Amino acid sequence: MYVAVKGGERAIENAHRLLAHERRGDRDVPEVSLAQISNQLGLAVDRVMTEGSLYDRELAALAIKQARGDMIEAIFLLRAFRATLPRFGSSEPVDTSQMQVRRRVSSTFKDMPGGQVLGPTFDYTHRLLDPVLTGESSPEQPAMTDAEPGVMPRVTDILGRDGLIEASPAEDPEKPVGDLTRDALSFPADRDLRLQNLARADEGFLLSLGYSSQRGYGRNHPFAGEIRLGEVEVEFMAEDVGFAVPLGSITLTECQMVNQFKGSDTEAPCFTRGYGLAFGQSERKVMSMALVDRTLRARELGEDIKAPAQDEEFVMSHSDNVQATGFVEHLKLPHYVDFQSELGLLRKLRKEFADANETPVALQEAAE
Amino acid sequence: MTSSSLNHQQARRREAMGVLGHCATADIAGYLDAVAVPAYEQLRQPENGLVMLRGRIGGDGAPFNLGEATVSRAAVRLASGEVGFGYTLGRDGAKAQLIALCDALIQTSEFSDAVETKVLAPLRARVVADSKRKAAETAATKVDFYTLVRGEG
Repeated sequence: MYVAVKGGERAIENAHRLLAHERRGDRDVPEVSLAQISNQLGLAVDRVMTEGSLYDRELAALAIKQARGDMIEAIFLLRAFRATLPRFGSSEPVDTSQMQVRRRVSSTFKDMPGGQVLGPTFDYTHRLLDPVLTGESSPEQPAMTDAEPGVMPRVTDILGRDGLIEASPAEDPEKPVGDLTRDALSFPADRDLRLQNLARADEGFLLSLGYSSQRGYGRNHPFAGEIRLGEVEVEFMAEDVGFAVPLGSITLTECQMVNQFKGSDTEAPCFTRGYGLAFGQSERKVMSMALVDRTLRARELGEDIKAPAQDEEFVMSHSDNVQATGFVEHLKLPHYVDFQSELGLLRKLRKEFADANETPVALQEAAE
Repeated sequence: MTSSSLNHQQARRREAMGVLGHCATADIAGYLDAVAVPAYEQLRQPENGLVMLRGRIGGDGAPFNLGEATVSRAAVRLASGEVGFGYTLGRDGAKAQLIALCDALIQTSEFSDAVETKVLAPLRARVVADSKRKAAETAATKVDFYTLVRGEG
């Protein structure tokens, strides 16, 4: 239990003042702006938006600045802000096949309509620290080539045409879309709820679980069928306007994982799939998410549930870093009364132990 | 409601909202200065809120909730009675209000053409140019595979 503690007010006030001072750092160094964070630490902003579950670059940049770069603290701040605004409703589901693609790669097909487009990627960099960036840098303008008009079909659509891969679960207009921000989690959870949970889940947690599945704890033989990054238009059915209004575009990363077969006496074997989708450029996140989406389908696909990554209650109950940090960090709060009772019990046990050991040895043996 | 089921004016309004949503507030205001905007009242003060963004399982399946986005909205009514709505991602109430004003104006016979030629056309050109530049930068990173000639043994 926690007890009300009095007398710390001034210490707390001064601690926060000191925090603000430390956050600012050396005052001879220019203060970092939100635009600088948003532009130059863009992937940090993307992660905070994704796990904070709120698409707003400026607010995410503010959260990162306020949290001094502590990502989980920043995610916490964004989640708390979200609770202060009313919800107007839900968007129409975004159509990632209409994405203005800035990156699209597949590890399953070399040649496919639209091709392999690398975009802005760390892949193929040498991971050597670049001394040029220690000072002010002025990189070259990007190269340009005439873009070929045409669509970029999803790899899963190409496989789907021949029935080689399972179809996505169809929409049931009668069934409301699960929302874990409105209803408490209960198990077993449907895939819509699982994906919402994974979308806001800690990247490190999903990365480790995905990795564990690759190493054999719930293995499902994944291929990165396709990863795409780009902008998609968002529409919102505004009742007062009378039609779906465009709200603007958001940046998304999507991963289609293609996994080993299922089949039965009545159904021809086909590839199965795992899906990942996240705000911004969040490639590691969506790949991990797609791996774990697939492992969590073990129940649905009749696979033995033996590994942590296949246990939906374990995964979904521990994936949220705001919840996790809340429970871990609450250990810092005063537990004086709890601890006093433990201390009292321990003293009693030690006294009983000491009393028992004072009994003469010979007598003990005789008693046996 | 799909775009195919909209009437002509609704389709025009929707397209205009789509263009304006991609533009900066200052740019919209700058081009709108060239239009003699008539008197109007605020029907709904600019207001910030959230919209839950939805994706589809597998990209094309049943919907799921991905996460929320901030959205600003506003509504205006012209003295002549037309009501315009503005909805846009972010927390910029001024932008929502400008979109609402444009939406009201394009419903009038008097200002519709002026808004199209003086505001929407130049902004649309910018949005298209920006999109083309991005597409060209992206296209330059497309892989051209070639096969190495094998040595004859």
